[in-house]
Amino acid sequence: MAQMTMIQAITDAMRTELKNDENVLVYGEDVGQNGGVFRATEGLQDEFGEERVFDTPLAESGIGGLTLGLAVTGFRPVMEIQFFGFVFETMDEVVGQIARLRYRTGGKYGAPVTIRTPYGGGVKTPELHADSLEGIIAQSPGISVVIPSTPYDAKGLLISAIRSNDPVFYLEHMKLYRSFREEVPEEEYTVEIGKADVKREGKDVTLIAYGAMVHTCLKAADQLAEEGYEAEVVDLRTVSPVDMDTIIESVKKTNRAVMVQEAQRQAGVGSNVIADINERAILHLEAPVLRVAAPDTVFPFAAAEDVWLPNENDVIEKAKAVLNF
Amino acid sequence: MATKTIEQVESHFEMFQILDENGEVVNKDAMPDLSDEQLQEIMRRMVYTRIWDQRAISLNRQGRLGFYAPVAGQEASMIGSHYALEKEDWILPGYRDVPQVVWHGLPLYQAFLYSRGHFHGGQIPEGVNILPPQIIIGAQIVQAAGVALGLKRRHQDNVAITYTGDGGASQGDFYEGMNFAGAYEAPAIFVVQNNQFAISVPVEEQSAAKTIAQKAVAAGIHGVQVDGMDILAMYSVTETARKNALNGEPTLIESVCYRYGPHTMAGDDPTRYRTEELDNEWEKKDPLIRFRKFLEDKDLWNEDKENEVVDQAKADIKEAIKQADDTPKQKASDLIEIMYEKLPQNLQEQLEEYREKESK
Repeated sequence: MAQMTMIQAITDAMRTELKNDENVLVYGEDVGQNGGVFRATEGLQDEFGEERVFDTPLAESGIGGLTLGLAVTGFRPVMEIQFFGFVFETMDEVVGQIARLRYRTGGKYGAPVTIRTPYGGGVKTPELHADSLEGIIAQSPGISVVIPSTPYDAKGLLISAIRSNDPVFYLEHMKLYRSFREEVPEEEYTVEIGKADVKREGKDVTLIAYGAMVHTCLKAADQLAEEGYEAEVVDLRTVSPVDMDTIIESVKKTNRAVMVQEAQRQAGVGSNVIADINERAILHLEAPVLRVAAPDTVFPFAAAEDVWLPNENDVIEKAKAVLNF
Repeated sequence: MATKTIEQVESHFEMFQILDENGEVVNKDAMPDLSDEQLQEIMRRMVYTRIWDQRAISLNRQGRLGFYAPVAGQEASMIGSHYALEKEDWILPGYRDVPQVVWHGLPLYQAFLYSRGHFHGGQIPEGVNILPPQIIIGAQIVQAAGVALGLKRRHQDNVAITYTGDGGASQGDFYEGMNFAGAYEAPAIFVVQNNQFAISVPVEEQSAAKTIAQKAVAAGIHGVQVDGMDILAMYSVTETARKNALNGEPTLIESVCYRYGPHTMAGDDPTRYRTEELDNEWEKKDPLIRFRKFLEDKDLWNEDKENEVVDQAKADIKEAIKQADDTPKQKASDLIEIMYEKLPQNLQEQLEEYREKESK
């Protein structure tokens, strides 16, 4: 076992799969010699050569098209979009082309594609870098959306994504890249896509989150515990498809839930989770399911992040509201 | 200074032609090395394709076909460029480029099912290296760069060829695709069938560039403008482009041609944007008429041969329509099943729901 940050775990996952399968290719802007702007691909080009790990011209739609073309010629592409906000430049290739390839060919061609991209607030980036756009991708059939919150999950989920014969959008929260280390096995292992994880057990209220908000919820749960409430924290890990079984099991135990997301409220992952809870477990609820989310504005200018992003006090407030309903 | 540079660039893009409108060879040195049988075969394919186009239009009007983009006028462009390919080469077509993928091996009845919107139309048989016709203008162009890089990485002596229209040359993906292929020295051929109108917008309104071919210069790849109504010229430039591609030098081919029919059969009325004079002018350049004359002069073609092809095409189409009719209708559950290799939980639940509905 080694102590790894999330970014080290991500690099380790790519190294593992580059070793395991010669069809795996890793590429994107600045991914080669530079090792990526966050150093996620550090050392990989030296280790595996320029034919396996390489730079692309600076054009996201071109990168998306390259990916589909490499996929149909038998490769297993791991493409990087330098920042999630740049996905708009390649939305057609991602959701109009890659995600639809299997359907369009009646099941004949899968797209064994992994799309990695950093996102997430709290690191003061310029505009269109940090936005939580996962809901837009999650609404697109044919592609899974994975968001790890820990180094252990990051490695296991990325290996699963690369091995998947269908496309996976893999989101890396920038604030979590180097925020903490944990034990990560050096050997290979997988974490199943589409399976949530209970990050803290509790009997009084279920806090459902993903990405950096998992840690916000864990902090909130610590404080709630001091006041005598035991919160259960469910980390979705995959936001499309959502593991409703794990959520419903938790809600049936606690009878109360708060959905927490960094993204804006409207039409997001949380809306879908709450609708599903209502459909499947409304008679188990002692209170309405409440939501913690960012306001429905554009992602804020850097200096306003702190007043815009949801924090543990927001979570505690909503948790108490459902506890005392 | 800038003006002079543009003029210098544009002067390099004169239209390449072998056979003129009267079927006379005007560029003897450029005659491709094709046997008599091969010359007859490309004529056969053009005649066959025109009959198929006429039948498809009429079947569409009867409600027996769905989405269809007519091809008459573009046969030389499509078939000439395709005939220069090898079986293992990849084709990334636009929605009008159905003839090329059928001549590459997609069964005709599947092309009809594609037109009707049946998923079996996209179930490309093993060994037929094509993608389904692309609807988004230009999306296939960046993909072609990817297929070409994949072929290069696999050390295959094959190329990726992609087709779009004159409107497609205005898309960002058009430049990105050429630029990627050039940067990776990937074996790609980009064909723009400049049929003069993007639905209704004339090509002159698409760009300040006098030719589409010259756009290759910006991407650092070969560019050539060719008479797209001349099948020998189309074959010849594609054959050269293929050789260059295998040496890591992609080519943009601008095929200057014309579509006689509407943009698609979904209500487009060309009289709103084209004059009868223009139609007549282009019909004089017809690819079949000039090549027929060329072959007749060599005693390689006659009315009997022509009628034989017409009868064969009609019989094949009848059979293909029957086969399309006999294909089981789609169920919602079929569509759920082709979404993923392994269905996720949500779709598994929906599959069960739809199967139960369908069993009632």
